[in-house]
Amino acid sequence: MTASADRPTWQAIPGYEAHLLRRVGQVDPTSLADYEAHGGYRALRAALEMTPAEIIEMVKASGLVGRGGAAFPTGIKWESAARQPVTPRYVVCNADESEPGTFKDRVLMEGDPFAIVEAMTIAAYAVGAEQGYIYVRGEFRAAYERLANAVAAAREAGYLGKRVLGSDFSFDIELRRGAGAYVCGEETALFESIEGKRGMPRQKPPFPTERGLFGRPTVINNVETFANVPHIVLNGPDWFRRIGPPDAPGPKLFCVSGAVERPGVYEGPMSVTLRQLVEVCGGMRPGRKIQAVLVGGAAGTFVPAEHLDTPVSFEALRAIGASLGSGAVLVVDDSVDMLEVVERITRFFAHESCGKCYPCQLGTQRQWEIVRRWQAGHHRPDDAERLQDIAHAMREASICGLGQTAASALMSVLPRMVTRFEGGNHVSASDADH
Amino acid sequence: MSQQVTLTIDGHQVTVPAGTTVLQAAETLGIEIPHLCYHPALTPPAVCRLCVVEWEGARTLVPACVAQVRDGAVVRTHSERVLRARRTILELLHSAVDLSEAPDALAYGQALGVDPQRFADGERRHFPVYEDNPFYVRDYAKCVLCWRCVEACGDDMQFTYALSLGERGFHTHIATFFDAPMPETTCVFCGNCVGVCPTGALKSLEEHLLEQGIPPEHLSAEKRRRPPLEGNRE
Repeated sequence: MTASADRPTWQAIPGYEAHLLRRVGQVDPTSLADYEAHGGYRALRAALEMTPAEIIEMVKASGLVGRGGAAFPTGIKWESAARQPVTPRYVVCNADESEPGTFKDRVLMEGDPFAIVEAMTIAAYAVGAEQGYIYVRGEFRAAYERLANAVAAAREAGYLGKRVLGSDFSFDIELRRGAGAYVCGEETALFESIEGKRGMPRQKPPFPTERGLFGRPTVINNVETFANVPHIVLNGPDWFRRIGPPDAPGPKLFCVSGAVERPGVYEGPMSVTLRQLVEVCGGMRPGRKIQAVLVGGAAGTFVPAEHLDTPVSFEALRAIGASLGSGAVLVVDDSVDMLEVVERITRFFAHESCGKCYPCQLGTQRQWEIVRRWQAGHHRPDDAERLQDIAHAMREASICGLGQTAASALMSVLPRMVTRFEGGNHVSASDADH
Repeated sequence: MSQQVTLTIDGHQVTVPAGTTVLQAAETLGIEIPHLCYHPALTPPAVCRLCVVEWEGARTLVPACVAQVRDGAVVRTHSERVLRARRTILELLHSAVDLSEAPDALAYGQALGVDPQRFADGERRHFPVYEDNPFYVRDYAKCVLCWRCVEACGDDMQFTYALSLGERGFHTHIATFFDAPMPETTCVFCGNCVGVCPTGALKSLEEHLLEQGIPPEHLSAEKRRRPPLEGNRE
């Protein structure tokens, strides 16, 4: 199950059974027959024996929350869309995995693409949708091809299309490729992109379940969220709740990268701690010590080494001001200049801001400029206060998650950055203009 | 729409029809909420975020121009959390854009105690003044990206779609298709965009020429020296 040395590995945390990754590396991802031989499409058959309402109840009871970063309860999302009196309704899979340090959805799409197609079909049956879309990150060529193949094979076999498996339920899926914009992973910007418009987020409410793709009720879930659904349908919500801590049930994929021996995608319960995740990866590279862990990707926060024994459950991370987000765990060792990491993150947000709302359009640029000036050795006494005000405006007043989190990583290390400049290198406001 | 909704704004109870926005409801109480992009004749793009208010229970601040009233909602339009965001947004705007002809933005800034120089060490947005037609000029160094011109040109008024957005992030700007000169676009020179521009970024050519010191009696001659509509096609 381990991959060759030059590729990220994927495996379950020792002592823990893989569910989401069970077929990855075991099944031929291009073969529907092999997928069926590995238990594929049993869940859809079981689902079609149930009523849509029963499936929604099941997903609600499981406690599954979205794995894309926002952790919204999946069952409630489905129920809300199903209740809308408007048709057509849509099911969309957010496969625009773009958060820096996140690469779990890619492993699922490349290794077990039929599972995503099957899960979307179950979701469509539950909410009464006849059309689905998978929006795949543009750079993910292999994932796109595997999914396109899976959709075609499923259609050929009657798992998609008119009257799925002879039932009264019809559903089909189209694929769309992203063009490289990070913001298109934001669900409403993703809708705009599918609709052929400039990828910019919409003001919410209305939420997608009410007015989503093409203004219609839409369920949009992350790839990993969908991957949980067949397991819940087959094994029941109680089984799901037995995995992980009570406030964060179910299996979770962690993308561990950085200065560890074996970076990769690891599956485990959300009761694991950050330190355990590092150990599962074979620990730190020789001679390296942990400086901090960036949890949640560029949109996340740096967790200092003294908090490594924090479990990655939502509650535990919230208590230390962090958030698991999409599951990125980027380990930074003591040889790294944190200022460089922060410069890279702020540059990323300045580059990826869509420019729609003022706080993010202007704030991402100004915060990057200030950090860049620090790199050049110039510091203004009011930098910290100005950055905090920018962070406040972006967090509180931006339209979407991009702006709302664009200052998180910087803010989590701001006190350290400021002490670095204490006692020297100050420049006056007028000097700093140049 | 006949259904009535009662909410609390800045401690005052107000009852308004369902579908009313917080901005409108506050107005009935005489509470002014600053706004730049909002225009009553246009679809609110909700981009300037100056109208954000504190809505009890909401994770972030919400834009009053589009947030619809709800029964029992408790809204604060001038809390410190709100004012801090508005001040910073205006200060950031000052650092990128020439607001000298944006009276609303300047007045809000004064009322909020904004320091226009606070982020002056940052890069400004520079654009040439586009004088590419006989009717109006575009000076995007004064543009706050409120989208009003784009909306007036598109679905909200003229259905001409000559204007859109180019690039992104800090470098976002109002653009024509492939940055073509205005006469080569679908523009019909209706003037609606000029009419809704709140910052002097769009201006009639006459006004622009008068500001340049051209005497009124020379205006016609000066305008004839501009490229004619067909001339740009060569």
